[in-house]
Amino acid sequence: MNYLLTEEQLMIKETAREIAQKRIKPIAIEYDEKNEFPWEIQKIIADAGLFGVYLSEQYGGMIDPAKTNGITNLVVAVEELSKACGGISLSLAATALGTLPIVLFGSDEQKQKYLPDLASGAKLAAFAVTEAGAGSDAGSIQTTARKDGDDYILNGTKQWITNGEVAETYAVVAMTDKTKGARGATAFIIEKGTPGFSFGKKEDKMGIRASSTYELVFDDCKVPASQLLGKVGQGFVVAMKTFDMSRPGVAAQALGIAAGALDDAVAYARQRVQFGKPIIANQGLRFLLADMAMKVEASRALVYAVARSIDAGDLKCQKESAIAKCFASDMAMEVTTDAVQVFGGYGYMKEYPMEKRMRDAKITQIYEGTNQIQRDVIGHALVKEAASNEK
Amino acid sequence: MIIVVCIKQVPDTNNVRINPETKTLIREGVESIINPFDCYALEEGVRLKERMGGKVIVLTMGPPQAESALREAISLGADEAVLLSDRAFAGSDTLATSYALAQAIRKLGHVDLIICGKQAIDGDTAQVGPGIAVHLGFPQITYVRKIEAIENGIIRAERLNEEGYDVLEVALPAMLTVVKEINQPRIASLKGKMAAKKAVIPTWKAADVGADPALVGLEGSPTLVVEIFTPPPRKGGKTITGEPADIAGEAIRDMRAMGIV
Repeated sequence: MNYLLTEEQLMIKETAREIAQKRIKPIAIEYDEKNEFPWEIQKIIADAGLFGVYLSEQYGGMIDPAKTNGITNLVVAVEELSKACGGISLSLAATALGTLPIVLFGSDEQKQKYLPDLASGAKLAAFAVTEAGAGSDAGSIQTTARKDGDDYILNGTKQWITNGEVAETYAVVAMTDKTKGARGATAFIIEKGTPGFSFGKKEDKMGIRASSTYELVFDDCKVPASQLLGKVGQGFVVAMKTFDMSRPGVAAQALGIAAGALDDAVAYARQRVQFGKPIIANQGLRFLLADMAMKVEASRALVYAVARSIDAGDLKCQKESAIAKCFASDMAMEVTTDAVQVFGGYGYMKEYPMEKRMRDAKITQIYEGTNQIQRDVIGHALVKEAASNEK
Repeated sequence: MIIVVCIKQVPDTNNVRINPETKTLIREGVESIINPFDCYALEEGVRLKERMGGKVIVLTMGPPQAESALREAISLGADEAVLLSDRAFAGSDTLATSYALAQAIRKLGHVDLIICGKQAIDGDTAQVGPGIAVHLGFPQITYVRKIEAIENGIIRAERLNEEGYDVLEVALPAMLTVVKEINQPRIASLKGKMAAKKAVIPTWKAADVGADPALVGLEGSPTLVVEIFTPPPRKGGKTITGEPADIAGEAIRDMRAMGIV
């Protein structure tokens, strides 16, 4: 079943698949172990044109501006890359996360200035909202942006920023007016190398270790008002609208990690012989694989449906976007755990690619809104829908 | 630089079987691919073009379905492609094939460099590339593992041999055959795939390239396949150890016993 993918999307899938299987798979364990960003692979993904799949042709991307099928294209690419490594695929997904605020809220000048290099993969992007004390509660951000003439002076520390240090372009949310709470947050575009902007601690993570995660430190970092992204006080809206569009990308990462685990589990079960026959000949094991396949397929149907709705301009898919992210990531945790079980002792060993998938899957339940926050979003939407039906 | 890369569409021999009675390949159901060595030739041509400007024209002789190999080559960076296809070419051996390809290259006009893979994985002859060079009167360097420089109309390249490599210089226009050590072929980009989809690929017939009918096809092919068999594996040799004088003595005795010296 090919999910009604267009000819263009099948091309994206084939390209991402070739990179994943031929170039990423052989080195995934090595980069995981070294906790290093794979620049060699980054270049291959960029040269193949995958960084432009969700961006408009006018900025060097692949999308006909008359149509808007960018998120589905992104989902197709991220799923395939994640089958080989959920950490390496994240350089694309997190760049999209850092680029979407510019797509959604950037001025024409900002789009002209930043999108072409992001579409070609010449530069990576990152989105910086999270802080030590502001995770799910994004309203409690402590980083400040004080107006000083025509400039803003940023002070504070962002934490756990994906693509930190490797990205050139950062969308950063800071408080311009703390007294207004969430309405006092404002988004900025900040370039690497801006005086007063540096990188703090490099994180040593459980999984997605080929992805670069850093602290961003702002120490009297001065940026001109032209770097404002959207309006003053709109920072929280920028973040929420971005997440609504980016969640299918995280869901696709989870989906790819699980789908890759399933592929390898089936291959292994056919080849592993115990008691004189391949273990896949045991109905108990086949049933386990069948359950894994059902979960993967259900997630895929959901993720692609939400991505298509977003591309069709459906602005009311916040609930479904949250459902897709939550469902696919919980599924990925279950399926990778089962895949380790299929591999038995080999599944537990670092020499084989299975335990890594379980570690990689875990983060998808946590970042871009924990699955508890997703359920909260879903719950709120249910109440709201029920209330409006009563009217 | 005008670079011509000659490719061949071959069955994917990782999945090929031989009919034990007719001793020919069973081609049904086997995927066709670009001969892997030709992919290195194409990549090297595209890299040279990217560095020095010019264009890469990819050329193949084969049945009409060989066009798909040319499209794939365009997706991998070639600018233009030409398919040489005619019933008259059927049954051509390496001599007739290299003649036909040389005729097509003549028709292309000015060419600086021809690059071929060292051999095709189906025939393993390694004769077509050198044959083209001879037909055109071009100098050639075979088994190239690295192009060191191209300047003032001279190309300097490293030719792989059993002990190491030779460094050779020849004047352009020239023909090279390359080995897999020379590069790592790229993965086709989305832009390349779009270009491949849209490309218009001309088909040239024997008459279009002015090929003498007596020199192509079965008639122009002196090669006769008498039998196809798998050569027996080489048996392990004898290793002599000890003091040099003793080793030499034993080696001479053995060789005398075998009637070699």
